[in-house]
Amino acid sequence: MIGMTHYLVLSAILFALSIMGIFLNRKNIIVVLMSIELMLLAVNFNFVTFSTFLHNIAGQIFVFFTLTVAAAESAIGLAILIILFRNLRSINVQDMDKLKG
Amino acid sequence: MTYPNLFPVLPEIFMALMTIIILLVDAFSAKKSVITVLTLLTLIGCFVLQIHVSSPSTQLTFNDMFILDSLATGTKLFTYILSFVAVIYVRRYIIDKEINPGEFYAILLFAILGMMVMISADNMIVLYVGLELLSLALYGLIALQRDNVKATESAMKFFILGALASGILLYGISFIYGATGGNLQLELIVRSMLASQEQGISPLLTFGLAFVVAGLVFKLGLVPFHMWIPDVYEGSPLAVTTMIGSLTKIAAVVFMIRFLVGGLVLLSMYWTIMLLVLAMLSLFFGNIIAIAQTNIKRMLGYSTISHMGFVALGFIVVSVDGITSTLFYVITYSITALATFGILTALSKDGFECESIDDLKGLSSSHPVYAFLLMLTMFSMAGIPPLVGFYAKFKILAALVNTGLTWVAVFAVIMSLIGAFYYIRVVKAMYFDEKVKDIQVANICVGTKVLLVLNTLMLLVIGIFPSYLIDYCQKFIG
Repeated sequence: MIGMTHYLVLSAILFALSIMGIFLNRKNIIVVLMSIELMLLAVNFNFVTFSTFLHNIAGQIFVFFTLTVAAAESAIGLAILIILFRNLRSINVQDMDKLKG
Repeated sequence: MTYPNLFPVLPEIFMALMTIIILLVDAFSAKKSVITVLTLLTLIGCFVLQIHVSSPSTQLTFNDMFILDSLATGTKLFTYILSFVAVIYVRRYIIDKEINPGEFYAILLFAILGMMVMISADNMIVLYVGLELLSLALYGLIALQRDNVKATESAMKFFILGALASGILLYGISFIYGATGGNLQLELIVRSMLASQEQGISPLLTFGLAFVVAGLVFKLGLVPFHMWIPDVYEGSPLAVTTMIGSLTKIAAVVFMIRFLVGGLVLLSMYWTIMLLVLAMLSLFFGNIIAIAQTNIKRMLGYSTISHMGFVALGFIVVSVDGITSTLFYVITYSITALATFGILTALSKDGFECESIDDLKGLSSSHPVYAFLLMLTMFSMAGIPPLVGFYAKFKILAALVNTGLTWVAVFAVIMSLIGAFYYIRVVKAMYFDEKVKDIQVANICVGTKVLLVLNTLMLLVIGIFPSYLIDYCQKFIG
């Protein structure tokens, strides 16, 4: 029988994968944007799980908001990526070194 | 179907409408000076409407999702005033740098709208939407200078780290939602936690709390979630640094007050320890690394980290006294930062950006008034009496000592002493060093200059008579 814990563990694995994708990635920014999307989807999975098992609809409403905001967020992320590419002629994470942070 | 009561939301609705009108004016009118006037009028209008809708009792609307209490009213009024002043400061700079004013002011107003929604949120969905409205607008604002390599790079870094932080925050919220039996309303969360107190605190709840604190603290910029602050401060144009460095802090602190002190107060024994460690790390690293900086924007970025460490120390004292001093600290810090960035903006003309400490050498001989004003703000940030920075620090330290955390207070004082070094170095460069470079003051109008002087004198006035502002802050909390 698949219980709530199984769903939560799956979403935790997805979340951990996406965080690793952001930090271990040394090649290109598109992968980082994909990892961010994956992270928000892991969160949605969590919300839907709780919402189903608690018989409470608020979590699913939250998912709609997260999805909408995630769409706006990736639009802005890609826009910034394009102007960055125009300036640097590369999307390599390592080329972002004008600032020391 | 019943319609929600729109009365408490009037200022926000007005602001959203005006932002759209500004976008349309920008698209169809060739006269760009109209837009600045419209922006200023919008802020004045919102201020007047906010006074009009405020009442002594708490108003709730949209199914209790939107709250207008004294905390919200007070901090919103402050944010409107600060935004108004900030817009006047950067007006000339935007024309000089050929940033399109329509885009700049429209995005800025969206960011301010996001702050207002955050301040008034009583439900975690609204908190999240307000936070994202603010962050998304800020990403765009930084990247507005499309051919500026540093600005676009810092926008990208800010975007990645900001998205990561909101993901972490959401993950935490989802666990709190699950552990409290499906509550997103802050007040209901407290109630459900009170009801299940005998069974002990669920591990899911503490797990979620850790993620929530990490997400919130990123927005304030405490170590180790501070990586974005120096880069964003240095990379973005001074006009944007002015906005990020002064306006956003108040909203972030109110957000934390609502979330931690309002919603998760029963878990305070966990989050005070987390905040204590993070605050001490911020005080240490912020002050030490700031010494090594030669760029004044970057230095102020690290100094922000240490100031936010002080703000977090106020949260550890979970009492009316502690929260009042936190609010007092963040409001006075915003005023100080606004004056500092306003002066730096006034000193930047045409292509030149006043950002290296070397640029300021000998400023006292060429522009004595600006040098004096900048000296006052630096002394205030360093915490030298009778300026307000001293009293704000003193309030937080007194609250800490009263709760028996004397060793934390001692640590904070030592770190402030180290911090005084780099503030005073700027003053030394202005007053005792030979001039390296001729700084031209942008041809700003007399009104802006008067405003700059008044803003800086406010530091002195509040520093000598702090009780008015403190009583005012206490009213927000009570």
